[in-house]
Amino acid sequence: MNRQRVFIRMAPWLFTIGLFVLWEGAVRLFNIPVFFLPPPSAVAEAFVQFWGPLARNSWITLETTLIGFALAVVFGMALGLLIGWSRTIYAGLYPLMIGFNAIPKVAVVPILVLWFGIGFIPAVLTAFLISFFPIVVNVATGLATIEPELEDVLKALGASKLDIMRKVGIPRTLPYFFGSLKVAITLAFVGSVISESVASNFGIGNLMLQAQAQFQVPLIFAGLVALAIEGILMYWAMAALERRMTGWAQRSGFAQA
Amino acid sequence: MAFVALESVSHSYAGADGALAVDGLTCAVEAGEFAAVVGPSGCGKSTLMKLATGLQFPRAGSVSVAGKKVTAPVKMAGMAFQAPTLLPWRTTAENLLLPLEIVEPYRSAMYRKRGEFRGRAEQLLASVGLGGQGTKYPWELSGGMQQRASLCRALIHEPQLLMLDEPFGALDAFTREELWCVIRDLHAARKITVILVTHDLREAVFLADRIFVMSARPGRIVVERKIELPRPRDLDITFTSDFTDIVHELRSHIVKARQ
Repeated sequence: MNRQRVFIRMAPWLFTIGLFVLWEGAVRLFNIPVFFLPPPSAVAEAFVQFWGPLARNSWITLETTLIGFALAVVFGMALGLLIGWSRTIYAGLYPLMIGFNAIPKVAVVPILVLWFGIGFIPAVLTAFLISFFPIVVNVATGLATIEPELEDVLKALGASKLDIMRKVGIPRTLPYFFGSLKVAITLAFVGSVISESVASNFGIGNLMLQAQAQFQVPLIFAGLVALAIEGILMYWAMAALERRMTGWAQRSGFAQA
Repeated sequence: MAFVALESVSHSYAGADGALAVDGLTCAVEAGEFAAVVGPSGCGKSTLMKLATGLQFPRAGSVSVAGKKVTAPVKMAGMAFQAPTLLPWRTTAENLLLPLEIVEPYRSAMYRKRGEFRGRAEQLLASVGLGGQGTKYPWELSGGMQQRASLCRALIHEPQLLMLDEPFGALDAFTREELWCVIRDLHAARKITVILVTHDLREAVFLADRIFVMSARPGRIVVERKIELPRPRDLDITFTSDFTDIVHELRSHIVKARQ
């Protein structure tokens, strides 16, 4: 029993190391050239060699992503509440939002560049645009699934719509909201890196583009790994926040796994 | 005049041409009376509840509570349903405080008197056998305990009218009978008017002073039966022949109503 628990705790590390070992082995076994698929050892070397630029650009990407994500949280929550509040607004905005979400965000970057020039702002806005949709949908879903009986109890007491929203709607929406943050933060990285690689002079996206131009394939992969690490850390932070804020909603055995 | 009076009420949902849920429904419940409404499923019992609490307004006829025509939610009603509908992010005692956060005069006093209200919630919980459970979360309680807490929430603001919509439907037989006694005692102690919607005839006969039998949809009252079994009633009464005779009589009405 105890041994199984130790294995579960170790599993993420074991699997990750396993993947790298497999990768390294495959590259060596099949003699794959470094410029095609560099082995993890070469990627690690690139990490050490280009530590400075990697750290600097990772930091910029993280900043960009977090600002875009913060905007998405604020606007996503507000819009989600608005949509959940009124059936008319819901009916009116929903098709628009779906249409908007269906547009690949890389296609929006040129427009943002036209308006704001290349660099920081388009990247922030792309991160925002790509990550706010899941937040809106989740918040609206939380509001839409209030038990009608509970609404009746409160209405029969003379509760206003705002009362019901404050006492039931918003607390009830929080598990959906925090759940959506985990999706949104990873999407925000996608957004900022897309914009960085199309229209910026810094950030991991830009660094990878330059590495590609100079044929430094291990550095491209080092960039990917740096992004993955940032993504995992942020996801983990969101998951911790979720557990802290809405522990009451995570009582099933699935949630504790 | 009766405390709750519905006068040839007709109502339908979703558009004027929708099928009627109740049609020509007339019934009157006196102040302090325990009334039960029974009928085949889908006969509009819940509609009756919504009409009497001002959650819905009739398309024809009139509804009055405490001598006033109902034109808005009545505010003096407490409600409990088959599902306990407690808020999982609040402790049981905090769940009880919810109505006080909505209804005046408690609402304005909430900030100053929270401690006093909490004491009251604990007291109420103790009166239904949940003493000391107030700090637990609803999901830490059993189904029967949750339903007790839900009843307390319906009573905390001392409503004059208690509306119960199949509140014991989801409970096992023993817990259900326990809660019958809880409700019986609450009614006796507080002298409030209770309207209980149920399809359990034994429950209706055990608890009520007066039983209304509804027809199949669109619902109206087909039989009104006074229950004159002496109070206080004990669970043993449910095994007497007087009791079972009434149950049988009501049952035959329902069978007819279903046809």
